[in-house]
This record gives sequence, structure tokens and C-alpha cells, in this order.
Amino acid sequence: MPDTPGPTNGSNAGGVRVGVYVCHCGTNIAGTVDVSAVSKYAAGLPGVMVSRDYKYMCSDPGQALIQQDIREHSLNRIVVASCSPLLHEPTFRRAIDRAGLNSFMLQMVNIREHVSWVHLDKQAATSKANDLIRAAVRRVFLHKPLQRRRVAINPNVLVVGGGIAGIHAALTLAGAGKHVYMVEREPTIGGHMAKFDKTFPTLDCAACILTPKMTAVGTHPGITLWTYAEVGNVSGYVGNYKVQVKRKPRYIIEDLCLGCQECVTACVYKEGKTPDEFNLGLSKRKPVYLPFPQAVPQKVVIDPDTCIEFKSGKCKKTCVEACGERGAIDFKQKETLEEIEVGTIILATGFKSFNAGRNAYYGYGRYPNVYTSLEVERLINASGPTGGELILRDGKRPKAVGIIHCVGSRDANTNRWCSRVCCMYSLKLAHLIKERTGAEVFNFYIDMRTPGKGYEEFYDRLLDEGVHFVRGRVAEVTDWAAHPSEKGKLVIRAEDTLAAFVRRVPVDMVVLSTGLEPQADAQAVRRLFNISCSSEGWFLERHPKLAPVSTFTEGVYIAGACQGPKDIPDTVAQAGAAAAEALALIDAQFVELEPYTAFISEEECSGCKSCIALCPYQAISFVEEKKKATINEVLCKGCGTCVAGCPSGSIQQNFFEDEEIFEEIEGVLAYA
Amino acid sequence: MQLKRTVKFEADRDPEFARWISHTVGGERIRHCLQCGLCSASCPLSLYMDYTPRRLMHLSREGFKEEVLSSSSIWLCTACYACMVECPKKINITHLMYALKERAIEERFYPKRFPIPVMAQQFCRMVRDSGRITESWLIVRVFLRSAIWRLLGMSGLGWKLFAAGRMNVKKEKIQRSREITVLLDSVADTRKELAL
Amino acid sequence: MKYAYYPGCSLRGTGRAYEESLLAVFRSLEIEIQELDDWNCCGATTYLSVDELTSYALAARNLALAERVGMDIIAPCAACYLVLNKTQRYIRDYPDIKTVVSRALAKIELEYHDRVRVRHPLDVFLNDIGLKAISAKVVKPLKGLKVAPYYGCQIVRPYATFDDQRNPISMDRLLEACGATVVSYPLKTRCCGGSQKGTLPEIGLDLIRYLIAEAQRNGADVIATVCPLCQFNLECFQKEAGSVRHPLSIPVLYFTQLMALALGAPAATIGLRRSLVPVEPVLAAKEIAYA
Repeated sequence: MPDTPGPTNGSNAGGVRVGVYVCHCGTNIAGTVDVSAVSKYAAGLPGVMVSRDYKYMCSDPGQALIQQDIREHSLNRIVVASCSPLLHEPTFRRAIDRAGLNSFMLQMVNIREHVSWVHLDKQAATSKANDLIRAAVRRVFLHKPLQRRRVAINPNVLVVGGGIAGIHAALTLAGAGKHVYMVEREPTIGGHMAKFDKTFPTLDCAACILTPKMTAVGTHPGITLWTYAEVGNVSGYVGNYKVQVKRKPRYIIEDLCLGCQECVTACVYKEGKTPDEFNLGLSKRKPVYLPFPQAVPQKVVIDPDTCIEFKSGKCKKTCVEACGERGAIDFKQKETLEEIEVGTIILATGFKSFNAGRNAYYGYGRYPNVYTSLEVERLINASGPTGGELILRDGKRPKAVGIIHCVGSRDANTNRWCSRVCCMYSLKLAHLIKERTGAEVFNFYIDMRTPGKGYEEFYDRLLDEGVHFVRGRVAEVTDWAAHPSEKGKLVIRAEDTLAAFVRRVPVDMVVLSTGLEPQADAQAVRRLFNISCSSEGWFLERHPKLAPVSTFTEGVYIAGACQGPKDIPDTVAQAGAAAAEALALIDAQFVELEPYTAFISEEECSGCKSCIALCPYQAISFVEEKKKATINEVLCKGCGTCVAGCPSGSIQQNFFEDEEIFEEIEGVLAYA
Repeated sequence: MQLKRTVKFEADRDPEFARWISHTVGGERIRHCLQCGLCSASCPLSLYMDYTPRRLMHLSREGFKEEVLSSSSIWLCTACYACMVECPKKINITHLMYALKERAIEERFYPKRFPIPVMAQQFCRMVRDSGRITESWLIVRVFLRSAIWRLLGMSGLGWKLFAAGRMNVKKEKIQRSREITVLLDSVADTRKELAL
Repeated sequence: MKYAYYPGCSLRGTGRAYEESLLAVFRSLEIEIQELDDWNCCGATTYLSVDELTSYALAARNLALAERVGMDIIAPCAACYLVLNKTQRYIRDYPDIKTVVSRALAKIELEYHDRVRVRHPLDVFLNDIGLKAISAKVVKPLKGLKVAPYYGCQIVRPYATFDDQRNPISMDRLLEACGATVVSYPLKTRCCGGSQKGTLPEIGLDLIRYLIAEAQRNGADVIATVCPLCQFNLECFQKEAGSVRHPLSIPVLYFTQLMALALGAPAATIGLRRSLVPVEPVLAAKEIAYA
């Protein structure tokens, strides 16, 4: 705890010299509190050299008054009785700092929100103002000249997640000359967007717009790309994070692999037997595989759970033979750990699709021809399992397709929120299915949500195309035929609310527009990076309107669907915003930390370690040699938990020391 | 061709009815109804209703008392609860149907001799008098007061049931039947006191 | 463990076979029961339509009587099961209802403190006795008998305390433990119309028709039910519901009748002869003894 007294002009030898300033705030305070009486009362308090009241203390003349008094009367403590400190404490701190007095020799008294705005009785209000100021004056006696700490910002950035959000953020930062580490869990970057066929509302081919950016990431000299990797541990603080990255073994030496896939062709498995993750299980892959044709990095992966060599050690290893001189296959490869130092972190970990099997009445998993929207994206994608043809699991081509909106969303039984993108992608799928197959398409919706640029116009386009729009939440998908025309079909039962009767619509294929959810490990990830999640499980932004990409942990930013369901334009915008905020921090080169940190008195610390477990920010550690606990000032956020929890009372908090608080209490309770 | 003019003025709304339905037990969330239609789609009886459950919810919360209490829907509801199971807003639709039935019976919003309210009233009378229901006597009393010709139509079935020993001719009655009366009186008193 | 047996009004009338077979099963499985002394009608779905507060008070009298003897209630009739459960929950959740009911009970020197559970026999058989113990006691397995298990509404909706709400399987498992084959029956929880067959016959008939036709189409020899009204509806109007081209004829039994058969009870004691669509020919065809 710093103990050097701050600079004060004039003599400090006489002891404490307090200046009290009572603000009128126009009539906001003066209308209820008799400010001149309060000012007179304060003048009579011990240690008060100057006591004034003024119309607007926060104005330039108001501040100048304080500065002048500091100089002329050698004041070394200031009490300002005005509005909430949340509003103007920084203003007055800056003002007294400019006059040469340490910023923390100030105590604010809230006589607006706490007095004039909540009481009608003028006499009682004035009396209360007096009591509060008396308390503040007693407290400010004990204030210490605290110093803000400066830490340098490491210009490197860590981007977690290689979807469109992470890619855009990384390219922006690398373009600004900062070094970016990108860590992606899957063997390739691209995220969910790589699985889409076309994107709304422009019907751009997703891969066509995404892959150039993916390639840019893969080849940019300023980006270190680690795929098939996860963050293992994070320690440190803003500007100085130490991150451990765990890189899973691909059993392929990345530098040597050319992505020619001859090993895949030569594999002893003549056909794939394992459900292909990229195609959502609609096709099969071999143990050695390239995740998808445009994968970045363009390197194969070997799956140890299905590769015979790992199971028995006796494989012919035709893959090695095919690789030949390049020798890129290494069955002995182990997990590697990388330690990096970065100053800022951007989390762009994306979303998970709602598990359609949870809505039993829609028959997903029970009826083979019920699909999720992502599965349909793969089906209609030219590089998908059916080469872009809409062929169902039972080999049929559908003549009638039903698309059910809001699966898992807007529902107290599953997820309450609206997933924002499903109406648009349902319209997109309706268009693509109709275009490719000429089938009759029915969209069952509750509201048609088309808020973005060009979205309503896209809906207009669909209305022209002859898709049936039935407004009604679907109650069930069944194969029970109530009418001969329904035999052998899947029947969708919904109320056509606009027509006001129940309809049964027989279709060959049902598409469930599943909603977006937080990733399954969102809680584990947020703990790793020391941020919070909202009650729904999305990463928590600092402010939903004014700070959507920063978090309550300085230096850690969030972007994209991990913060909440959103479409690609908003994701990219957020990614750019997060990159900009990171750049702002890096550009400032230093960050100043508030000194409200806790500190341990070594003599009194008994080494019981109770505080260590209490700290939510892991700021306290145990010094073995001394058998005492110590607090890292930079990590400490001043929450006060350890202060309250220490059984021997040996932890104090700057600006909130026990004595300071007791004096304030005594001041309130002492009646004049 | 029958032409009908339909326009609803604010004077046609009954705000008291709207208020009542939001405050009755089960109506707490009626204002949350999204009109998604899942209730109507799950309901096995909605096919026959003049106003499907969804429409009824909206009409009720807007205060269109006439339409709601004269609808066939409230009588067709068998309280199977299919609507409530999937309702995304967890609205207690079945209970509201009960509340509407109660109100319709109270205010006599049904055609004379309509079997369902007749059945309801006869059922309650029998419980009040004897504490238990004797099915055979209940059927007789209901049809005597509503559709007497049906009694004759059911006589074949009646005879078969009697022969199978499934027709209880002796009236079922509990021993302490006075307790039922005491219970009922107490409920009436408390209801008045608490203005429920 | 002893249970308070709450038959409900129907089991003394059209549902007599339910009581007979249920008691036979209790004896076979050595489940101790005691009929709830001087129980009154629960009010079923009807009283709630007329006066819900009174309905809760009437139902609560039974709950209080059970609490007095310190036993959980077994309510075989699905409607009674639902009404008693509903009453419990509403007393718990709405203070006004609790006040009305407590005062009314106090007037007849009874108290209710939410200390009894209301159970369905399916729940007791599955969870308290267990499938293994039941299988062990089966002496005449219902081999080859194809059963369509019809749960109806009230034991799964709105409170599914012992089984899945949308796809219940407790009865399926019990019947399989007795050696029967359970056929696929997607309409197993679709409403039979309840009392609508009596009051609005055409509509009631429509609902019943689907249920019977589907069971027959899926190859069932017999439909098993848990509710006296469902049993009545499905059994007594088959001629009306069917047509010359698509006749409907399938025996409808209580699941306890099938269980009792498998556990060796003599046919005369389990009400087989009370069926209007005789089941004996089916049993004979499958060579299941039913003497």
C-alpha cells in the first residue's frame, strides 16, 4: 500500500485542512435543502477551513473555485456535497488533481439522489444533509493519497474461435499490424457459416464469400493459426495475459502435409464408416479425412478412435505408403502445449443448434424424413452428402416439404428467446428447395421476423414464389393417417390462425428450423477467461446497448453469436467492433487501474488461507516462505470479499479502510 | 346469400370481463398469449368448435363476453390438458375453460335443456345430497331434463350393463352426509368474507 | 406399507370390473390396503365446471381423511387421480384456496397439511413393487396376446409424476412383464371425449372411432385402459362407431384384469364376464387359460 503523501501546494504541517462545497444544482438540491444553512453548518465543523455553496459546482467556474481555494488556503482535503458520485466524482477528482492535490483526498456526499430528490420535508432534508456532510468531513480526515497504477499493454491479441466472427476480427487486427493468435477447436476454421449453402438475403454462396477470408487467415504472416486446439489456462490481467494453448495431435506433420488426400484414397477402409461431422452425420468418412474440401488449413486429420492402427497397432498403413517421400504421417504425435503472452483476448466461440430431439412431438430421430435446418443446408450444398440433390434418407425425392419455424425458441418449455435468424433462413430454405425441386413448400410460422437490410424485400420475393405460409405453431408431426390422402406421409397438424381452422398438411419431408443456443461448454469457457454469462447462458456484455462487445473483465472482448443469436452482418459488425476496442487499448499503450485494491497486513496475517478461496479473481496467492497470503494489486478488482472474510481482520481495502468507514458512521450518528 | 355486417365498437367490449379473466385462478398469464395456435392444433375437439381455444383466449382477454360465453367451445372442452402441455407461454388454458364454464352456468348463457350444464348441475346436486354419484340415476335425471328420447335410445345399452352387473341401482351414499352440507356452507361463507 | 384405497364412484358402477381385478392384483402382490373410510365423490371434472372452490373442498375432505390415518392414497380412476392431485397443487399454490379449504375442513373437524401423496396403481406397481417382482409372480403369461395400451389424458396430463408426458410406457412395461406383446399405438394419449359421448353423441363418437380403428389396424387383440370412462366409451359404442365396410370389434379391458389373469386369478373374480365385447374367444384363440 503506497504511503507517500501526494503533492500538495502550500503547507501540510498544520494538519488537516478541509474545504466543503455545497452545490445548489439549480433548484434540484436548493429547492429542498437550505444550502446556505448547510454551508454555514459545515463551516463550524472541526478542520474545515473553507465552506461555500454555489449554483453548479460541476461547472468550470465551480471547479475553478475549488482549485483557487486549494491554492490560496492550502487545503488538503475536499468534500463536495452534490449529486451522485457516479456522475461527477471523476470530474472533481480531475479538478483537484489539476490543482496539485491527490485525486483521492476527495469525498463526495450525495445530497441530491439521497436527500433532495427523495424527501419533501425541507427541515428534515436540511438536517439530513448536515449529518451526511459531518460524516464525510470526519471520514475525509483519514483519506490517504492513493496512486493509480499503470500497466503496459502487450500488443499481441488472442482470438478464440475461427468462425466468421473470429476470422474478421483477426484479419482486422492483423491488418493493423498486430500479431494475432487464433485458436480453433475444430481441425479447420470456418465455423457454422462454412456449412451453409447460400446466405440470406443476397443468396451469396456462403463458401464463396467465406473461403477467401479463411485463406487470408491461413496465409497472413501476422496470424498464427492453431486449429484442433483449445485454450487450457489463462492467467494474468489486462495487457498481460499468459495463455496456455493445448494442440491436439492430428497425427499429421502440418508443415509437411500438402492436402493432396492420397492417404485418404489409399486408406484400408474402402468406404467411410464413421458419421461425418461436417455433414452432420448424413454421410460417412474414413479415419483419415479432410474436414471439407475448402478446409483451412488444408491438412488431413487422423481420428484415433476409428483408425485401426491405434486400435490394434497392426494396420497395413497404406496411407503412409501413399504419402511416400513427404512422410507427413506421424502416429506417435503427442499433444503439444504452447505458452503465449497477449494483451487482449477476443472470444468468438459461436453458438450451438438446439437439439431437435428434445421436442418429441416433432418426431426428429423417430421419422427418418424429419431434418434440422443445418442438415438441409448440407443436403442442398453442392459439396454435401448428396451432391446438392434433395434426396431423403429413404431415397425418395420430396414432392411436398414442410418447414417448421421456432423449434426450441420462444418456448417456456425449452428456450424463451427468439433466435433471430430462423425466420430468414427458413425463407431462404423455402426458396432454395422450391427452386431445386419444384416441390410444394409450406412454412409454418408464428411471426415473420425480417428486421435487417433487405430482409423484408426478401420476404416479398418469397411471397411471389408460391410458397404456402401458414401462421400457426405446429402441434405435432405424425405418421398416423386420418384421411386416405395422408397414407405414407408425414402429417403436420397446425391451426391456420389466419383462416381460423385446424389444418392437416401431409408432406414427404419436414424441416425443423432449430434455434440457437449457447455452446455446451459456455460456462467452462467463461470461467477460463473470467467473464460472466447471462442467465440464459450467453456471454455477458458490459452493457446491452452501449458496450455490446466488451465484458466486465478488462481486455477480454466478445463478438458474434457467443454474445447472443445474430445473423452474419451483425456478427461481422461486432467482430470489427471488438477488434477496434482491442486496438484502442493497444494504441493507448498503458492502462490505468483504480487503486481500490485490497492489501494484507503481513504482521497480522495468520496464514489461514481463507481469503484465497474467496477471491473470485484469483488475485490472492500464498507465499510459502513467509507463510502469508499476498494480493496481486493488478488482478484485484476491489470487490471487498476477502476484506470481509478475513478472520483476523488483516485485510484492508484502499479507500474503504475500516477506520474510514467507522468515522463516517460515527459522523452520521453524532448529533450536533 | 346471407349478408351480415360485423364491426366491433369499443362499447361492445366488457372491460370487467377482461379484468375478471386475467385475475381468475389460471388467468395470470393470459396477456402473454402469442396467438401461436398450438393449443387449437393439439386440441382433439377444436375441429368442432366455433371459436378455437386460441381465438377464445384472445376474445376473453379483450372482453368480448357475449361471443365467449355463448360459444360452443367451452362446452366441447373435455379438459384433456393437451393444450397446456405444449403451450410456449405456459398459459393455464384448461383451467380458464373451467372458469368460463362456471361463469356461463352462473349467468345462464346456454340454450335451455342443453345437456352439458344440465349434467353438471345434476352431478353437483347428487354429490351435495349423497356425497357420492350413482351413475344410473345420474343418467336418468340428466336425460329426463334434457333429451328424454335419448333415454329410450340407450335402453338397449342400459339393459346390457344391468345384466353384466355394472348398473348400480342402489343409491350410493356416505355415512356422514351432513359433513358435505357443512363443507358447502363454510365455502360459501368464506367466499363471501374474502370476496372471492 | 399400507395404502388408503380410494375407489371413486365409477368403480361401484360401470367400472366394477376395475375394482374386482385391482383388488385381485393387490392380493396377489401382497399390497396391503384399507378402503378410505367414508370417502366422498371427488367431483371429477364436472364439479370444477360449476364451482371450483367447492370442488377443492370436497376433494380435500378425502385428502384429510387419508392424512388422519397416515396413509398415501391409491386412486385407480384416472379422473379421481387427477382431481386429487390438482387439489393438492392448487391448495399449495394459491393461498386463497388454502384458506377456504382449511376453514371448511376445520368445520368438520379435519385438517390437511399436505402430508399425503396421491398415487395411481401403475405408479405403485412399477415403482413400489417393481417389474421384476411382478414377473416372478406371473403364473399364466399372456403369451401371444397383442395389447394396445391406452393411457388417455388424465394420468399423464397435466401432471406426469411417474411417466413421460408425451410417450408414457409404464403400462407397456407392466403388460410386457406379464408376457403380453404391446403393439404400437400412437394415439395412446389422445382424448376419448370423456362424457361428450353422452352429451354430444356425434362428436363423442368421432373421437372414439379413431381410437378403436387404430388399435385394430395395428393388430391389437385387446385394448387395455386405466380409466372407467375411457373403458366405457371404447367398449360400448363399437357397433355405432363402425360401419358395414369397416366393422369395429375389439375387447376393451382394464390393465388390472390382464395383470390379474397373468397372476393366476380365476376369471370369475376379475369381472371378465362383465365385458360387453367378450374377451374369452380371444384368450381361447391364444391358448391363454382363463378358467
